[in-house]
Amino acid sequence: MSSAIVASGISKAWGEVQALKDLELDVPEGSFFVLLGPSGAGKTTTLRVIAGLERPDSGTVRLDGIDATTAQPAARDLAMVFQSYALYPKKTAFENIASPLLARRLPKSEIAERIAQVAALLRIERLMERKPAQMSGGEQQRVALGRALVRDPRAFLMDEPLTNLDLKLRVEMRTELTRIHRSLGRTFLYVTNDQVEAMSMGDQVAILRAGTVQQVGKPEEVYDHPATKWVATFVGSPRMNMLDCSVAADQIRGQGWSLPNPGFATQDGSPAVLGVRSEDLSLQRREESAQLAGKVYAVEPLGDRTLVDIEIGSQRFVVKADPTASYKLGEPVVASVDLDRVHLFDAGTETAVARG
Amino acid sequence: MAQVLVQSLHKAFPDGTVAVHELDLAIGDGELFVMLGPSGCGKTTTLRIVAGLEQQTSGRIMIGDEDVSARRPSERDIAMVFQFYALYPHMTCRDNMAFPLRAAGRPEAEVKRAVDEAARMLQLEPYLDRRPTRLSGGEQQRVALGRAMVRSPKAFLMDEPLTNLDAELRADMRVEVKHLQERLGTTMLYVTHDQVEAMALGHRIAILNQGRLEQLGTPMEVYDRPATMFAARFIGSPPMNLIEAEVSDGVLTANGGLAIKAPDGLARGAKLVAGVRPERLAISEAGDGVRGRIVSREALGDENIYVVDSPAGQLHVRTPPTVRFPEEHIVTVAHQGAAPPVYDPETEKAVGR
Repeated sequence: MSSAIVASGISKAWGEVQALKDLELDVPEGSFFVLLGPSGAGKTTTLRVIAGLERPDSGTVRLDGIDATTAQPAARDLAMVFQSYALYPKKTAFENIASPLLARRLPKSEIAERIAQVAALLRIERLMERKPAQMSGGEQQRVALGRALVRDPRAFLMDEPLTNLDLKLRVEMRTELTRIHRSLGRTFLYVTNDQVEAMSMGDQVAILRAGTVQQVGKPEEVYDHPATKWVATFVGSPRMNMLDCSVAADQIRGQGWSLPNPGFATQDGSPAVLGVRSEDLSLQRREESAQLAGKVYAVEPLGDRTLVDIEIGSQRFVVKADPTASYKLGEPVVASVDLDRVHLFDAGTETAVARG
Repeated sequence: MAQVLVQSLHKAFPDGTVAVHELDLAIGDGELFVMLGPSGCGKTTTLRIVAGLEQQTSGRIMIGDEDVSARRPSERDIAMVFQFYALYPHMTCRDNMAFPLRAAGRPEAEVKRAVDEAARMLQLEPYLDRRPTRLSGGEQQRVALGRAMVRSPKAFLMDEPLTNLDAELRADMRVEVKHLQERLGTTMLYVTHDQVEAMALGHRIAILNQGRLEQLGTPMEVYDRPATMFAARFIGSPPMNLIEAEVSDGVLTANGGLAIKAPDGLARGAKLVAGVRPERLAISEAGDGVRGRIVSREALGDENIYVVDSPAGQLHVRTPPTVRFPEEHIVTVAHQGAAPPVYDPETEKAVGR
């Protein structure tokens, strides 16, 4: 697949603050590519550099293979969608969506036709005569999206567009955005700090931290094989359990627990962190399996599952249990560990240790 | 600690809007009781009336064995916890925590003892001499919690204390609140609009809607058997599928041939709405069920959420991560497991059982 957007060696400083450090991104043509990271990671700066709203201190931006590093924003043929809808308050939805086309002096009939197509795609036909004040937040966001879509750009850059919506609408719009992406077949570069959005919508996810890309991959790759301890805890909810330990050839040993070493290749006795997701632990007794014994700290029934927080020494971990699980505070419990799915991170570098 | 009773509570504002309609709640001694609902449902008004910050139009508030309806907030022996930014930024955590006791004119020796005790309970000792601005959000929340906990009131009233935290801290704090409440056996009346928080924390949940009690039950009762379609929509994400269906022999049949096990005692031919949780639907290549097209697949790592357009409506299906179908694929969706709750489409209330 060819690349729609390639950013290479991008650095950008704001005074003392290094916002982007040698950032590398390769966004495949037609993909739904998510840039995920906490606030301050440089996501928005990256988007603005690609859009041409900021000049990088160094590095290049290529669009469809052509160097666009110094191109004017308007010449890049990219459309941006923000979390604030920035609609004209006195114009109707139709007029708002028409605004980028009016500037291009297209014939009226063509404008009407393109708007009708976009309105059908977004399912907002019935809103066309309304003004922003007469619409809900979700409807306004659709109209803002319509204004970007109607331009028919080579790619869409979206900066946390769902942030201002309530949970129910956000869940709905996730489905909508993937549907719209599929029917357009265009490249979406989507910025968010919400790992659920990234996991649920992205074909590819790039995880950004402090101005550099930590890992790029399909959502399930990033979830199943995090490259660093930081990525492991950032992706997934509840976050991956982390237990301090030291590793020998045959055993992983922590404070008050030990597990067989399933084949992690490290030097004997080296300090490490064992990572295990809550769904890879079970409170159902299994014979001769790897086990962690602790005491119940809290029990949280969530309906489709119950999270059981367990204290082990001075550390804690969470087990995803059956919805009907019932435990008392302080009750001793034993959790079986799926050793095929545990992770090990070097205590110093915090990178994942490979299995031998 | 003590029980809290809300009896026939009614609150009308001068403009005629009624915030709370004849509400009755009984919060047990040592119970963590959650009031859940969207904004405007009356949960915060009720809490504020219990605290004495607002005056009811009629009805009674009992704390322990005492009728406190006419008492000032300071005479009710309750502690109200708001969001964490209510800490005084210019005071150390110790002084912040000591503030309510000093304001009540307690002797300094007692203040110190109480603060030290609360700091130990909440593992806040390392932070006592720092100012809140130098602490992380979660540490600040624990200090705010600590400031409430230095007193031993008859009950704690919590008004969305976790709302302003980011998702991760919120999850951490939820566990701390739950653990602490359980360990200390405090009576807690907790207000939130977040259904996950309500489920995770509450011994019982009261779902409020437009000032009225929609349902009262344990988290699992509320999740498994929502009493109304409003409660069904409000609890669970993705929400419960509400599927129109007709009753025949022990089966509810929806458009497109989706067969759902029917509870006993339904009239044959009745048109009802079945409430089916996403994890009670299964997806497969072929077989019995309703055919539909996959609109979206959300791979969340530990599970997949599929949205399927079908003649029975747009269905949300929760599957293990290993169940994989591409988007746009045509699949079969079937119901599995026990009979779901069923609703009358007119009254939107559960029928049977």
